Amino acid sequence: MARNLALLRSQVESALAGRVSAPFAYRDRKIVETVSAGIPEIDSLTGGLPRGGLTEICGPPCSGRTSLLVSALAERTAQEEVCALVDGRDTFDPPSAEAAGVALKQLLWVRCRNIDQALRATDLLIQGGGFGLIALDLSDIPPETVRYVPLTAWFRFRRAVEDTPTILIVLEQEPNAQTCASLVLRLDRETAQWSTRRGAYAGNFTDHPPACLLNSFAVRAGLLRSRMQANEPNGDLRKTGTSEELFPSANTVKAFTGAPPFGVGRVGSLAENFSTERIFKTKSTWSYVSGAPSPLKQR
Amino acid sequence: MAFASIHIPGFLIQSVVRPEPALRNRAIALIDGTPPLWTVIATNEAALQSGIQLGMAKSQAAQFCAVEIRHRSQPQEKIAHAALLDLGWSMSPRIEDTAPDTVLADISGLASLFGSAENIARELAARASLLGLAANVAVASNMEVALLASRGFPGITVIPADEEPQRLGLLPVHVLPVSPETLEILDRWGIRTCAALAALPLLDLSERLGQDGVRLHKLARGASVRSLVLAQTSLCFEEEMELEDSVEELEPLSFILGRLLDQLCARLNARSLAANSIHTRFKLDPAFENDSPRLKEKARHSANKKTAAKAYEKSMTLPVPMRDSKMLLKLLRLHLQSDPPAAPILKVSLSADPARPRPAQAGLFQPLSPDPEKLELTVARLAHLVGDSNIGSPELIDTHRPGEFRLRRFLPPREEFLGSNHRPLTVFRIFRPPLPAQVDLRDARPVCVSFNAQCGHVIAASGPWRTSGDWWREDTWQHDEWDLELRFEPVLDQIPHARLAKSPQHGVYCIYFDTLRPNWFVRGIYD
Repeated sequence: MARNLALLRSQVESALAGRVSAPFAYRDRKIVETVSAGIPEIDSLTGGLPRGGLTEICGPPCSGRTSLLVSALAERTAQEEVCALVDGRDTFDPPSAEAAGVALKQLLWVRCRNIDQALRATDLLIQGGGFGLIALDLSDIPPETVRYVPLTAWFRFRRAVEDTPTILIVLEQEPNAQTCASLVLRLDRETAQWSTRRGAYAGNFTDHPPACLLNSFAVRAGLLRSRMQANEPNGDLRKTGTSEELFPSANTVKAFTGAPPFGVGRVGSLAENFSTERIFKTKSTWSYVSGAPSPLKQR
Repeated sequence: MAFASIHIPGFLIQSVVRPEPALRNRAIALIDGTPPLWTVIATNEAALQSGIQLGMAKSQAAQFCAVEIRHRSQPQEKIAHAALLDLGWSMSPRIEDTAPDTVLADISGLASLFGSAENIARELAARASLLGLAANVAVASNMEVALLASRGFPGITVIPADEEPQRLGLLPVHVLPVSPETLEILDRWGIRTCAALAALPLLDLSERLGQDGVRLHKLARGASVRSLVLAQTSLCFEEEMELEDSVEELEPLSFILGRLLDQLCARLNARSLAANSIHTRFKLDPAFENDSPRLKEKARHSANKKTAAKAYEKSMTLPVPMRDSKMLLKLLRLHLQSDPPAAPILKVSLSADPARPRPAQAGLFQPLSPDPEKLELTVARLAHLVGDSNIGSPELIDTHRPGEFRLRRFLPPREEFLGSNHRPLTVFRIFRPPLPAQVDLRDARPVCVSFNAQCGHVIAASGPWRTSGDWWREDTWQHDEWDLELRFEPVLDQIPHARLAKSPQHGVYCIYFDTLRPNWFVRGIYD
């Protein structure tokens, strides 16, 4: 069987010789331009946010999704691009966004009351064109409601934004766009870092002194889908699907977020540098070629 | 030096037909007078052939079924005259407002732009048709010759300097500015053409008709010379249409608005200007005045109650000067959908504030930005979807009150942006309005927080942080804030065959105790 396949392959290659070089080599149909998300660790994990594509950032509340989105907005507005935010439940906080570096004059904020308004507003913005980044924030809408959004709507968004330089980011609690998304990131929160005057916080929280600040909290990011990654360094993987679960192993990216932006009534300094312990590339949750054990089964 | 005369034949008819192009090929008769003594004062060629005569009563004219009867409209004549002046100014800065239906333009120096005199005349005629007017254009070196030729010869006429007497001689004497009595005298003498008048001896003519006869003799020979009386530049752009039947729905109204906007934008284009804002005024049907509660309320609040109930006025300010009639129509429709008039419409008036068009040159390395006209349309559509107060660009207010901001109109800055101080920070998601919460305290520190049908145990806390402000105002505030890390009880997955219960949820929230109300609230979550 294998010999027949090899013979067939060589016959096809010889028939197409001179017209098509390496007919069995996988080629990307087009080069996707990517831009920085503003967090180097995320950029190294994903290669950047793709222009002309749909990016999903999903995770539970308090997982760093909004911080990542605001960082991307700050990065785009710093490049003098006009951005738009479709706020599904009107939870955007302008003061903290400005403290994070977003140029509010370059941001069009659309405050919606329900998911239907949010989807229609996103459609209008994409059709209008000219925006560097359009963010659809569905984080506070119940996942069961977002699941009812038909796949055709996501497909429509993807086609509308294709061949444009617009980055479309969707924030939600779980991924819904399936194959329509060019990049799917899952974020999870790790521990929060609290500081006291005496140094690192330890012990019963009731003993801590009043001068205690929320310093930062770590975010764990996992890459669920990426059209920019063709091969994994672990061998010949074939894409058979995605999983929402992350490997609870050392192979994750740890990204420390900075302290909250508030300074009113607090004592202490905000973390200025974005520090990391070690950077690990997240293993994609693709299944292996049949015959090899699935990494999921090993757990 | 050369002059071009632009004359609108049948000006009264054309002024009525201009806003209704469908009437252009129909037989039309205009009536005027004190009711009920309406009489026909103007007709076009088709109506004359149908049998209509000037001076006919309205009831007689109405018997001709193929003829459209229209009332004379002085506002339409004024607008048509303004369009004619715009046409003149579009070609030359020196024009004379000779008559309501005639404009004289000094076209010296235009040869380098348009070529020969005939090309200039063709260009004038083409621009007139864009403005909805069919014009006779005549070019001559003598302005009186050009005037008479435009009134006498249809279409485009170019008279060389040495042929003026011969060409003018073909015109009938009634083309000259002559009184009816003098015309009758000339008719009795058998003088019917300018050539015949020019052939009369000047001395004898002056004895019989006086200085008027001398003047007419000079005009007939093409020898009359005078200076151009320059018209004052006017920047008034208005179009209006009075409707025979009231319009109730947006779709038919859109057709009327589209037509008026086309004419308005054509006039702006002719003057190389654009609209900075569009003012809309509708005259409403007074029969609905007593039935419409909106109209009654509007009249109650208005100082001028009589006009407030019968008129609808709306102004639309544009972010950049525009003269694209289709774009303006879309914006106007969206504005009317959000705030429709309360009664059917009898008359539509549109006016534009002129401004210089926006000069724009695209660059290879400019950052991505939406086109201002398309952006305005997108923002108008979004405002129609979510409301005017829910769209815009946030602007922080200089106050310590938490979460204070205002939404201003979204206008991307055009000046160079010097970049922002971008650093990755944990940002806040705010709950609007703040969620009421129940907090269990131990030693004055929160240990358990319940809100939104869930209960979270405090595993870390920072606070209390007292914030207060605006003590001199009624809406003063005083809060004791806490940053809490909460752990919520695990929830079993409702999906059948779930392998594991969901892991406990954690979250870092900001809660506060309102000391003035006094109650606990959850302000938001750090995400």
